[in-house]
Amino acid sequence: MTTFAPGTFKPAPGRGSLPRMLFTHARTEAMLTLRNGEQILLTVLIPLALLIALSLMSVIPMPEPRVGSATARIFALAIISSAFTGQAIALGFDRRYGVLKRLSASALPRWLLVAGRVCGALVVVAIQIALLAVTALLLGWRFPLAGLPWVVLLIVLGTLTFGALGVLLGGALRAEIVLALANIIWFVLLMVGGVALSVPVSFVHLLPSAALAQALETSVVHGTAPGVGPVAVLVAWGVVAGALATRTTKLT
Amino acid sequence: MTQLSAGRSDRLGCVPVSPNPQPAVEVSGLVKRYGSKTAVDGLDLVQQPGTVLALLGPNGAGKTTTVEICEGFRRADDGSVRVLGLAPGSEELRPRIGVMPQGGGGYPGIRAEEMLNLVAACAKNPLDPKWLIEVLGLGGATRTPYKRLSGGQQQRLSLACALIGRPELVFLDEPTAGMDPQARRLVWDLVAALKDDGVAVLLTTHLMDEAESLADDVVIIDEGRVVAQGSPAELTANRPDDQQLRFRARPGLDTTLLSAALPEGLKVREATRGAYVVEGLIDPQVVSTVTSWCAQQGVLAEELTVAKRSLEDVFLELTGRELRS
Repeated sequence: MTTFAPGTFKPAPGRGSLPRMLFTHARTEAMLTLRNGEQILLTVLIPLALLIALSLMSVIPMPEPRVGSATARIFALAIISSAFTGQAIALGFDRRYGVLKRLSASALPRWLLVAGRVCGALVVVAIQIALLAVTALLLGWRFPLAGLPWVVLLIVLGTLTFGALGVLLGGALRAEIVLALANIIWFVLLMVGGVALSVPVSFVHLLPSAALAQALETSVVHGTAPGVGPVAVLVAWGVVAGALATRTTKLT
Repeated sequence: MTQLSAGRSDRLGCVPVSPNPQPAVEVSGLVKRYGSKTAVDGLDLVQQPGTVLALLGPNGAGKTTTVEICEGFRRADDGSVRVLGLAPGSEELRPRIGVMPQGGGGYPGIRAEEMLNLVAACAKNPLDPKWLIEVLGLGGATRTPYKRLSGGQQQRLSLACALIGRPELVFLDEPTAGMDPQARRLVWDLVAALKDDGVAVLLTTHLMDEAESLADDVVIIDEGRVVAQGSPAELTANRPDDQQLRFRARPGLDTTLLSAALPEGLKVREATRGAYVVEGLIDPQVVSTVTSWCAQQGVLAEELTVAKRSLEDVFLELTGRELRS
């Protein structure tokens, strides 16, 4: 017989402070991503390897300055890796293991459940971009500082758009199917979706991957504002995916 | 039925009169359908504050559906549900309840303490997570990711998450499923401590001894309806002729022969292989007749006991003996 002092479980309910909940949730999300070996491979190691390869080898044709163009495209790839593929897979397995149900039964408000995941994803993207930027500078990238606000804005917009797409995929299907699809889509977008290469068909620039890569190229290489077209494409994908995801995402 | 209501008012008489006698849970006319199947079919139940209510029923009876509607995970198709007087799932209600979903829940890669800290951050006055981890015997698994915890460990972590926020009402959906006997005892002690501190507990279970020893009230449901309710004592209340003599012997004894040897009105059956039950008014003469009849057959009657009906007998009478798909 385990005994508990009287009053140990005396009710004293109440919701925790919102900033503390948001901070703890976002920190948990970011920490779990950074601790996961497959996520690190996908979000950090592969983009780093491709950045070095694209900068130093001229197998894939790319406009000069070559390091700048490669950096812009790999920024886009890194965002797609973590916000889309990483998020979709994590969400698929989080649902499998019942964590969404667990958290939605706590005092955590619904909007905070989303906000915590978004903040966690932004932290991971910030770390990825920092590592890639340092590597690019070492490879000889000259960043026109005037482009910094645009680059930051595009990184946030890209994370939100691809995050919404990731949630749309990871929130609706079985974990194994999510795992397969999220990786296949990542590979297709990389190879023909306007990130590293693109197929010469007219609608490629309407893909969010091509739009993000193109917009980032303008700001990263030339330090100027991205065109309205690519930004509109990104926003449209994000809004549609977000709206659909709120209807299709299941807790388990 | 008069006996049931008499028992109920006796018990209520012991409870101090509260200025706000709002039920912890109040369900009336609850209906839930999945496609053409009706999982819950006009269910009513009321749980008083600070009491333990056990929802008992075979697989597919509608226990989890009912609890998940109270927790706010599913919507009712018809009927009304109030939890602490509020709508299930509302932002106002959630901080006041603790939920242990069936099968637990956690990030696959998270450690027990990190998961508990996250849920603790959602509460205003949480219990100490380190202390609760130790109480639940998870102190040796603090570095293990959730997906590699055993089923019983995941259940214990889930229970910790349900209790950490010092709730007024706790929902436990099959809290001891997959737990070893030691952990099950611990859960029972915890539920008793919660009740002593004034926390209401609504739990579902298949385990009769669990319901019998923990619950103030037992609600037996089958096919989405309440088939019986009352305290365990009320449900198993004996009529004088409602006793059982149980014994074990070689399987396949001819029960009609034994029946013929016994006084009129006693029923004999082989409940499971080699386990015999004589039902009716059991007096010393009956016990003697059974043992001597067995001796004549050249078998020894073992583990011979005389007992009142158990909750399990009541349950099986009400819900039938055949397996549910």
